Amino acid sequence: MEYSPPPFFKRGPSLLTRFTFFSILSAVLLVADARLNYLQLFRQSIATVVYPVQRMGSLPGEAAGRIGEFFVTQSRLQRENDQLKHQELRNSAALQVLKSLESENKHLRELLAMRERIARDFIPAEILYGHRDPFTRRVVVDRGIQHGVHAGWAVVDENGVVGQVTRAFPWLAEVTLITDKEQAVPIQAVRSGLRGVTFGIGYDGTLELRFMPVNADIQNGDLLVTSGIDGTYPAGLPVAVVSNVERNAAYAFARITCTPAAGVNSATHVLIVAATEQLPENPALEAPTAPKTRKAKR
Amino acid sequence: MSFNWLRPPISGRAPPQEILRPVRAGYIALTLLSALVLNLLALPELFNQVKPDLIALTLIYWVVYHPRRVGFLPAWFLGLTMDVADGSLFGQHALAYAVLMYLAILLHRRILMFGMRQQIVHVAAILLLSQLIMLGVRMLAGSDFPGPLYFIPSFVGAALWPLLFNVIRIPLRPRTDPDAV
Repeated sequence: MEYSPPPFFKRGPSLLTRFTFFSILSAVLLVADARLNYLQLFRQSIATVVYPVQRMGSLPGEAAGRIGEFFVTQSRLQRENDQLKHQELRNSAALQVLKSLESENKHLRELLAMRERIARDFIPAEILYGHRDPFTRRVVVDRGIQHGVHAGWAVVDENGVVGQVTRAFPWLAEVTLITDKEQAVPIQAVRSGLRGVTFGIGYDGTLELRFMPVNADIQNGDLLVTSGIDGTYPAGLPVAVVSNVERNAAYAFARITCTPAAGVNSATHVLIVAATEQLPENPALEAPTAPKTRKAKR
Repeated sequence: MSFNWLRPPISGRAPPQEILRPVRAGYIALTLLSALVLNLLALPELFNQVKPDLIALTLIYWVVYHPRRVGFLPAWFLGLTMDVADGSLFGQHALAYAVLMYLAILLHRRILMFGMRQQIVHVAAILLLSQLIMLGVRMLAGSDFPGPLYFIPSFVGAALWPLLFNVIRIPLRPRTDPDAV
């Protein structure tokens, strides 16, 4: 259908040539990004240029939120205030117990000559928007490299683990939720002490506890907390509650479905937890046995 | 509800050719930039699923009605920008926009011959194909099929075609009424 112009009109390369050129260029970029993880710097420089446009795009939503906040009723504020006061009271009581336990723990660890647990830094952040990419479950938070955030850090809310920072841009960071496909979190069941790894399923907001034998001691309602053996997630944070266990002797592993403990889809304010713990390298000759968290893949 | 303000009305007949003021490059850039801002608008989850790709739609408009004003290069860079902003694979939107530009340039004389109704069908086909490209790329990279609702933005985008046509043309129409003598 394309009509080629007479040769005395210079119109540059033909349509098909231009199309092929740009398609091949895109394909090269795709492979470089998906398979080889290059282009991080290129991506960041474009992100810096797009940042003002992105902020402009999120302004109307923020303005609507502000206007909504302005019209909050007195009684609701009062109720919320009461709730927070009660919670504060409960928290402070728990904190006092925690302080004494912490010193006791430190003392005992010193006695046993065990490695001390390092207190971690954290950065409070606000979730700006959910990602428009329909293939992944990610959110964008308003803290980035300029605020000290690095890719690979854990993200938690007040109820538990939300996800992991997968890309850090100068003023923004991209957080992959634990429900994203193949996003792994090393866990430990509180009741039985079993260790395992949860994987996000992707299409719905649940997690799967994989590679657990059929006779594993896991029940409905078991709380799974981070085991901390990966050095990314601090130990003891709630991750999920087991919601369904399917044991079929025909398969080697049980099918265990869990619901996330944190408000993975509803949280608005989160904490980004620094990964300060330096783990020793895996022994060179031995195959690594501990499942590792996917660290900022892609 | 009457759609009389739509010029040309949504019909099967080819719209009469309007004489427009010359298009400045700055105006094209402005429309593409506004499309980018609208694309990046933070909306509730529900709207995100139906939101059409306005950059794609605007690119099709310029290619069809003012051929040879927008080339592959700006379209490709807009694609890269969308990739970074969306956090999708690098080059995914860029490839989709390259395919879209190719189809739009190939079909632009044909699309002009049709009325608004058939134009909508053409635009829907182009948008669907560019979405299919993105789907194929992501599934090759290991993602799951996100469900048939994934294609809704293409149809919403095609439905917005007459509106976009009229909005973009507002500053291009002659200031004086050609019928008044």
